[in-house]
Amino acid sequence: MSEAITRKIDRSHMEVSDEVAIDIRAMNKWYGTFHVLRDINLTVHKGERIVIAGPSGSGKSTLIRCINRLEEHQSGHIVVDNVELTSDIKNIDKVRSEVGMVFQHFNLFPHLTVLENCTLAPIWVRKVPKKQAEATAMQFLEKVKIPEQAHKYPGQLSGGQQQRVAIARSLCMQPKIMLFDEPTSALDPEMIKEVLDTMIELAEEGMTMLCVTHEMGFAQAVANRVIFMDQGQIVEQNNPHDFFNNPQSERTKLFLSQILGH
Amino acid sequence: MSEIHAETVAFVRETMLPAEAPPAREAGAVKWLRENLFSGPVNTLLTLLGLGIIWFLVSHFWDWFAHSVWSANSLSECRQIIAETWGEGARGACFAVIRERWNQYVYGFYPSDLYWRPTLVFGLLFVALAPVLFSESRSLRRLILGLTTAVTLILLVALGTPVLWLIFAAAVTIGASVIAERHPLYLLIFSALYPLLGVWLLWGGSIWGVIMVLVGFGLGWGAWLVAARVSPMLSAVAAALVAMIWWIGFAGAAASDAQNLIPLGITPVDSDQFGGFLLSITIGVAGIALSLPLGIVLALARRSDMFLVTSLAVMFIEFIRGVPLITLLFVASLLLNYFLPPGTNFDIILRVIIMVTLFAAAYMAEVIRGGLAALPKGQYEAADALGLDYWKAQRLIILPQALKISIPGIVSTFIGMFKDTTLVTFVGLYDPLKSMSDAVRASTSWKGIYWEPYIFVGVIFFLICFGMSRYSMYLERRLARDHR
Ligand SMILES: Nc1ncnc2c1ncn2[C@@H]1O[C@H](COP(=O)(O)OP(=O)(O)O)[C@@H](O)[C@H]1O
Ligand SMILES: [Mg+2]
Repeated sequence: MSEAITRKIDRSHMEVSDEVAIDIRAMNKWYGTFHVLRDINLTVHKGERIVIAGPSGSGKSTLIRCINRLEEHQSGHIVVDNVELTSDIKNIDKVRSEVGMVFQHFNLFPHLTVLENCTLAPIWVRKVPKKQAEATAMQFLEKVKIPEQAHKYPGQLSGGQQQRVAIARSLCMQPKIMLFDEPTSALDPEMIKEVLDTMIELAEEGMTMLCVTHEMGFAQAVANRVIFMDQGQIVEQNNPHDFFNNPQSERTKLFLSQILGH
Repeated sequence: MSEIHAETVAFVRETMLPAEAPPAREAGAVKWLRENLFSGPVNTLLTLLGLGIIWFLVSHFWDWFAHSVWSANSLSECRQIIAETWGEGARGACFAVIRERWNQYVYGFYPSDLYWRPTLVFGLLFVALAPVLFSESRSLRRLILGLTTAVTLILLVALGTPVLWLIFAAAVTIGASVIAERHPLYLLIFSALYPLLGVWLLWGGSIWGVIMVLVGFGLGWGAWLVAARVSPMLSAVAAALVAMIWWIGFAGAAASDAQNLIPLGITPVDSDQFGGFLLSITIGVAGIALSLPLGIVLALARRSDMFLVTSLAVMFIEFIRGVPLITLLFVASLLLNYFLPPGTNFDIILRVIIMVTLFAAAYMAEVIRGGLAALPKGQYEAADALGLDYWKAQRLIILPQALKISIPGIVSTFIGMFKDTTLVTFVGLYDPLKSMSDAVRASTSWKGIYWEPYIFVGVIFFLICFGMSRYSMYLERRLARDHR
């Protein structure tokens, strides 16, 4: 289930600021009549690295998809980088261009090359000139260590490489916040590490991150907060050390015993 | 050694095996025959049955084809030649009718001294299509443009084209071939102007009409620029409104004023004089070019979140698909007159093109909707998450993939529609298959000839449709990128 993180983490840029990046107040969401998110309250500060864990179907994906309005909430408030998410399209577009998202199944655009995947949004949303967008994209592809694949199509890459391209694609929009929805769950074990390494590097640079993941090694190494969700509610949240060593709720204990296998 | 090790339970490979070339495959015609035609008793039986059927067909038609007569002035002369050459009672095809009347099949009743005009329009069609259809393959584009240039110019010379127009044709075709080598995208300017040029060359008349239509586009563009400062939503509406007002209210008067001032034009040709493949191809090309964008809009509308938009799209698609094309053509020829203000002369070919377009667009919409539905939801989500708005997401992410998936269906719709252009015979237009053959048979010399014209027309239809089908296969291969 979880990859042990052996490398040394550079914590010099990992400071959490007082500024609020995401503020969720009394938020509720229903799918039809199904109450999927119940009274969610969550404040994320700039520079925080939050891992969200919980059993399948507990609403983790729905929660982070509400943050960039891939899902609509029905009550309460979500404020991202001082912009409140309402049905106002302008606000939604603004939030989306500030928030990057990485999906479980990568969702790369198969008809475009890796480079085109990375330059599309900067060119069409941010109106960056093509040459400049390509230069930026190459920088990020180097960062995720696949610059040599720039002119291939996603279908020609391995799963781990595709996920790293997906991360680079999000980074090309220079987002302030990154959301990860089980980024390693669709990968073979040997590819998980390369994606986690990329994510750790991002954390080291001070990116505000919300990660839904079962990689508890990652959580212990870089998260400053772990949130446990069950049945659409936040059941427990704590710093990683206390979360793993001293869980309070019975549900958390059960979940940890299942996932850590003891 | 290693075999012995492999049989024991504990095994350690000491040397890794190098990769080897695959074994040479058995080859040759005999192997192909054995694998494909005689691989088993059932297959052998089917092969023999197939050969039998082919033999049956060929043996019945062979003498008819073999005894073809290509030059004669009438059916009776044909029969006489056949009887003289192969004896009394011999059967034979009289393709002399094609040789004598080919021009009617191709050009209808278009004035014969103006045959060069539709020919030029047809040649230029390939120039207009080259940057669209062959945008990625330089060698194919070179081939198409080279062939177009050569064939068009030879035909134009043979048809006695006026020198000025010959120079124009040479300039456009050769110029396009040269430009395509370096800046193929510049050719799109010609592609955009082509419809106007084509319409003007086909129907003739004053050049001022064309210029006034262009002025409308110019005014619309100006309105766009002005309104874009206020609001981007408004700019599209303003542009459409200004252009419409110009075209409906002023363009006609302006064109006739200009014509009175400086008469400039070519001989007008009436829609009644169109016929044969000229008519089919005109309707077919216009219908294809218009039904694809309309189909895309309808497909998107049908999948829209907005209730009103969706219901309108569904109603339109289901209504059009629910009635036979002939009904729509009758509506075009008869009913539309009731709705139009008396005295307006709304061209019959234009009316037919509109109906054929609506008909094909309804099918197209469903084909494209299938392609849209086949895309994983993740593609929409990734586009949303990157901040692309609806139209950008559709244009850059969704449609390129959905259209690619839909290519076979789209081309099938095109082919079906092109063949359906023969139905215009029911509204009194001279389609190549029925009306034209009837017209040919109406003359005393060709009374009683049946198969030969049908075969000729069928072969040409087949060639065009087969061409479209091959192109769609080429396109699918060219766009195959997922390597899944
Ligand atoms: N589009 C949807 N419509 C209806 N129910 C949904 C939809 N998406 C998710 N659900 C349900 O909502 C619950 C939470 O889903 P999700 O957020 O994906 O959970 P998790 O990511 O924690 O596994 C699940 O019970 C799931 O079946
Ligand atoms: Mg999930």
